[in-house]
Amino acid sequence: MHTFEFIRPADAAAAVATAAQAKTAQQGADVRFLAGGTTLVDLMKLNVETPARVIDVNRLPLDKVEATADGGLKIGATVRNSDLAHHPTVQRDYAVLSQALLSGASAQLRNMATTAGNLLQRTRCMYFRDTAMPCNKREPGTGCPAITGSNRTLAVLGTSEHCIATNPSDMCVAMAALEATIHVQGPKGPRAIPFGDFYLLPGSTPNRETVLEPGDLVTHITLPQARPGSKQVYLKLRDRASYEFALASAAVVITIAGGNVTHARIALGGVGTKPWRSPEAEAALTGKPANAATFRKTGEAAMRHAKPQSENGFKIELAKRCLAHALQIATTG
Amino acid sequence: MRDNPQSGPSNPTRRAFLLTTGSTAAATVIAVCVPAHASSTAGGADGPNIEGAVPMTLRINGKDLQLRVDPRTTLLDCLRETVALTGTKKGCDHGQCGACTVHVNGRRVNSCLSLAVMHDGEEVTTIEGLGTPDALHPMQAAFVAHDGYQCGYCTSGQIMSAVALLKEPCGPDDAAVKELMSGNICRCGAYAHIVAAIQQVRKNV
Repeated sequence: MHTFEFIRPADAAAAVATAAQAKTAQQGADVRFLAGGTTLVDLMKLNVETPARVIDVNRLPLDKVEATADGGLKIGATVRNSDLAHHPTVQRDYAVLSQALLSGASAQLRNMATTAGNLLQRTRCMYFRDTAMPCNKREPGTGCPAITGSNRTLAVLGTSEHCIATNPSDMCVAMAALEATIHVQGPKGPRAIPFGDFYLLPGSTPNRETVLEPGDLVTHITLPQARPGSKQVYLKLRDRASYEFALASAAVVITIAGGNVTHARIALGGVGTKPWRSPEAEAALTGKPANAATFRKTGEAAMRHAKPQSENGFKIELAKRCLAHALQIATTG
Repeated sequence: MRDNPQSGPSNPTRRAFLLTTGSTAAATVIAVCVPAHASSTAGGADGPNIEGAVPMTLRINGKDLQLRVDPRTTLLDCLRETVALTGTKKGCDHGQCGACTVHVNGRRVNSCLSLAVMHDGEEVTTIEGLGTPDALHPMQAAFVAHDGYQCGYCTSGQIMSAVALLKEPCGPDDAAVKELMSGNICRCGAYAHIVAAIQQVRKNV
């Protein structure tokens, strides 16, 4: 691990002012916010992340879960994944989020990992994690050995010729389906970023993963009021039954009236270069009868633009079935 | 384990030997660490001058310790090398095996993925703080009774996780216990006995 200066800021403004001196935004930056440490400390040990300054945000007052005036929920940046998953309001109104959180990592890691840290967790692509290998995300311009190498667990949606790394988060898949908003305090003041606008596709700059600018501190996430009567399911498929990243996952939030789907929000995990909201799947569901034939077509629609790599073509069929099965559980459970 | 009446200069044990040589190696090879057991202010004015080291306090197993640590030091390395509490094990060192599990402020965490400085002023419980050879914690006794280990390397992490699990939301069946214990890997495969030990303690609590 490289040496770094450890900073505990007096308040969020001090944290932002210090981080604003960074040359790039959070991920891979020379000034890094440290929360749970489950991604950052891991990657610092591997010399994948080499910040010169580390700002510990754990003691900032960002650890509350509160109701909002419009009936939604405000989740502080440093709320731990385990606390959020077991929060009574989350369990009652945002079950898909609780399920997604509890399907991720282990009980110990969930006690450490935070809401904002989960938003910014980095890919598990083995080439990214190995500094002996080229990687456009870690070192722009060096190439992507995953495209001709081991890519079984990597993405089939949103890839480019420069990067096919999967976003590893479960929480973010649920957040995408729940249409969360990410709230940031930056050098120029606060701003709110819709979840769908937060992540960037890799394109030719896979090193840039979000729209965050230097100094931007995620302070909280808000969820809109839960849709009354909506059915919510997070289904995760993986190589072992627990404590493993998704090969494919689906977050489903649907409302049914008179046997037809009247409203649907769908997102996929384990298959995209970012948490993958699927307007195609939502269109395939809305107004249609809630039955197996519709759910199968929804899976097809969601993966229509998927592009297989040499080892991960199976994910396309797996994701289709995962989504169809999640819809089946949501409507019959 | 340092209270073990069997270990001493005239009656050395493997564990005491490893503890001594391990601490020596740590002091000479890993310059980021400062031996703590020499005084209550480890690495204080008389300690080695470590560039960038920061002073901090940890309450470990009920005892306040003043330390000076390089910010890079993980909580795991601090416990093992600085404080010489070697019951907590280093397995993968990347949060994937659970051998390093300890409690911070009563919650289980992977000490390998946490920097010691993040926990200034906080309360840490390690396997050494659970029970003594003469008065085992019920979970330790249950692991012995059910043979919940083979080589024993993962055992302290398993027990720290299992003790934390007692206070966490967990369904009554074995499947729920397995799910909440999935962050602790046992390569010997003692899982069935570990689950039996935990279920016995849960029934008695």
